[in-house]
Amino acid sequence: MRALQHFFKSFLLWELLGGLQLTGRYLFRRKATLQYPEEKTPQSPRFRGLHALRRYPNGEERCIACRLCEAVCPALAITIESGVRADGTRRTTRYEIDLTKCIFCGFCEESCPVDSIVQTRVFEYFGERHGDLVMTKEKLLAVGDRMEAQIAADRAADARYR
Amino acid sequence: MSEIRDYSLNFGPQHPAAHGVLRLVLELDGEVVERADPHIGLLHRGTEKLAESKPYNQSIGYMDRLDYVSMMCNEHGYVLAIERLLGVEPPLRAQYIRVMFDEITRILNHLMWLGAHALDIGAMSVFLYAFREREDLMDCYEAVSGTRMHATYYRPGGVYRDLPDSMPRHRDSGRRSEKDLRRLNEDRQGSLLDFIAAFTERFPGLVDEYETLLTDNRIWKQRTVGIGVVPPERALQLGFSGPMIRGSGIAWDLRKKQSYEVYDRMDFAVPVGVNGDCYDRYLVRVEEMRQSNRIIRQCVDWLRANPGPVMAGEGKVVPPQRERMKGEMEALIHHFKLFSEGYGVPAGEVYAAVEAPKGEFGVYLVSDGANKPYRVKVRAPGFAHLAALDEMVRGHMLADVVAVIGTLDIVFGELDR
Repeated sequence: MRALQHFFKSFLLWELLGGLQLTGRYLFRRKATLQYPEEKTPQSPRFRGLHALRRYPNGEERCIACRLCEAVCPALAITIESGVRADGTRRTTRYEIDLTKCIFCGFCEESCPVDSIVQTRVFEYFGERHGDLVMTKEKLLAVGDRMEAQIAADRAADARYR
Repeated sequence: MSEIRDYSLNFGPQHPAAHGVLRLVLELDGEVVERADPHIGLLHRGTEKLAESKPYNQSIGYMDRLDYVSMMCNEHGYVLAIERLLGVEPPLRAQYIRVMFDEITRILNHLMWLGAHALDIGAMSVFLYAFREREDLMDCYEAVSGTRMHATYYRPGGVYRDLPDSMPRHRDSGRRSEKDLRRLNEDRQGSLLDFIAAFTERFPGLVDEYETLLTDNRIWKQRTVGIGVVPPERALQLGFSGPMIRGSGIAWDLRKKQSYEVYDRMDFAVPVGVNGDCYDRYLVRVEEMRQSNRIIRQCVDWLRANPGPVMAGEGKVVPPQRERMKGEMEALIHHFKLFSEGYGVPAGEVYAAVEAPKGEFGVYLVSDGANKPYRVKVRAPGFAHLAALDEMVRGHMLADVVAVIGTLDIVFGELDR
C-alpha cells in the first residue's frame, strides 16, 4: 500500500504541484513590497543615519570642542581643531566627519556630553565627488537646523533608555 | 583521437554562486571535479590587528562586520571574552536579551542561507519569502539598536539600551487605504516584545511553507541527497562545528555542552543529521530555525515578566546614565575617562566561544593590563569548513560544487577577517 501510494505520488508530481499551489496562492495574495520613494520602512527613534550638529534654542552651537567624539571614533573619521572665539569661549574652528570612513556605530553621539553631535534619520544622501562626503561644520550645522524638530523628538522618546 | 586531459577552471571571485569573494581553482576531468583549491584573503581587512590599536569597546563595531549575516553573535563572542577577563557578570535581563537576539540572529542567518542556497540550486521563490521574514527581524534589530545590521548593541557588562516600549510604525504615504495601513501596523501597536511574540506565532507556519517548497521536492533532493557526504569521524578530524558537524550526526552544540548566558534555562532540542550530506544539513538548519523560535518565545515570556537593569559595572566599565552624567561631577569624570581612555583589563588570557549560527565562533584574547588588547584571535567557523571543501567535492560534478559551497554556509567577512 505504502509503495503504491509512493508510486502514484511521484508519478503525479505530487510534491511539485504542492509547491506550485503555494506559489500560486502567493500570486493572488497582497504583496509585501513597499513602493520605495513614496513609501518607506518604519524607522525607530534610535536610527543612526547622517550626522548633524545641534544648536541650543537661542541659536548658540552646542559643541564646546571637548574632542571626546574624536577620541572615541573607532574609524578615526572625525577631525577637530579648536580655538578661542572673540567672546572668549572655546569653539571648534574645524569639525569634519568623513562619511567614507564612518562606520555609523553611534559612539560619537553616545560620548557627546552636550548632545551636540547626533545621528539623524536621514539615510538618503549622496556625493558626486569624494569631497562631497566630507561633512564640514557648516554642512553638519545645516543638517541640524533642518532636522531639529525630529532630532529633539527622537532624543526625548529615547531619553529614559540612555 | 586526441587525448583528453584535465583542465583547470577558475570559479569566482566574481561568480554569483561563490558567496562573496571565494576564488576556487578547480581541476576538472570532463565535468568531474578532481581537485578543488580554494583561495582566500580577498576580503582581508586586518580586524585582529586593528583591534590591538583601539580601546576594547571601540572594536565591538568591527566584530559585527566579521560575519556580516550573524552580527550580534560575533559581538557576543568578543564581549564575552572581555567580560571573563574583567570578571563582570551582566544582569539577568541583559543575558536574556542577548540570548533572544542571538536566536533572532540565528534565524536571520539561516533564512539568508536557505534563500541563497536554494537560489544557487535553482529555486527562486524561497529566496523572496525568506527575505520577507528577514525584514521583520531586521526591524527588531533597528528598533533596539538603531541599525538594521551592524548593531554595536552588546557591551561588556550587558547591552547598551533596554528594549523599547513602542515599535516604529508605517506612516501614511497616501498610497494605501486606511485599512491597508492598519493591517501593516497590526503587530506594531505594542512594544518590541509584542512584535517579536507575534513573529514567533506566525514563523513556524512560514517554515512549513519553505519546507513545502523544498523538503520533498524531487529536484531539490536530486541536487542535495548524497552530495558532499562527511562521515562523523572526518567531521571531527576536520574541526567542524555548528550545523556542519550536527549534519554528520554528532550532537555537538556549545549552547548545551558549555552553556553560556542563560541557555541552561532554555528548553530546546539539538537536531542532528544521519547521512552527513547536503540534504541532512539542510534539514538540521531548518529544524534549528524552529528551535530558535522556541527559545525566543521563552525569552519573550521571561522578559515581559521581569523588568530590571540591563547593564552592570557602572562607573568602572560602563559609562554612567546620561541623566547622572549631566548632574554629577563624578559621573562626568567617569564618562570622560571611559570614552577617551577606556578601561584597563587585568592581564591574562581567555578564550570565549559562542554557538554562532555557522558554528563555534571564538575569541582568544590576551591582555597585558592596558586599555587595549595585546592580541585578539578570532576563531571563525567558516575557515575550518572551507578547508574541507576539497574533499567534499572530489568526484562530484561541477554543478555540485555550487551545492557544496552553499551547504558550507561560508561568509568571507569572518573567514578572511
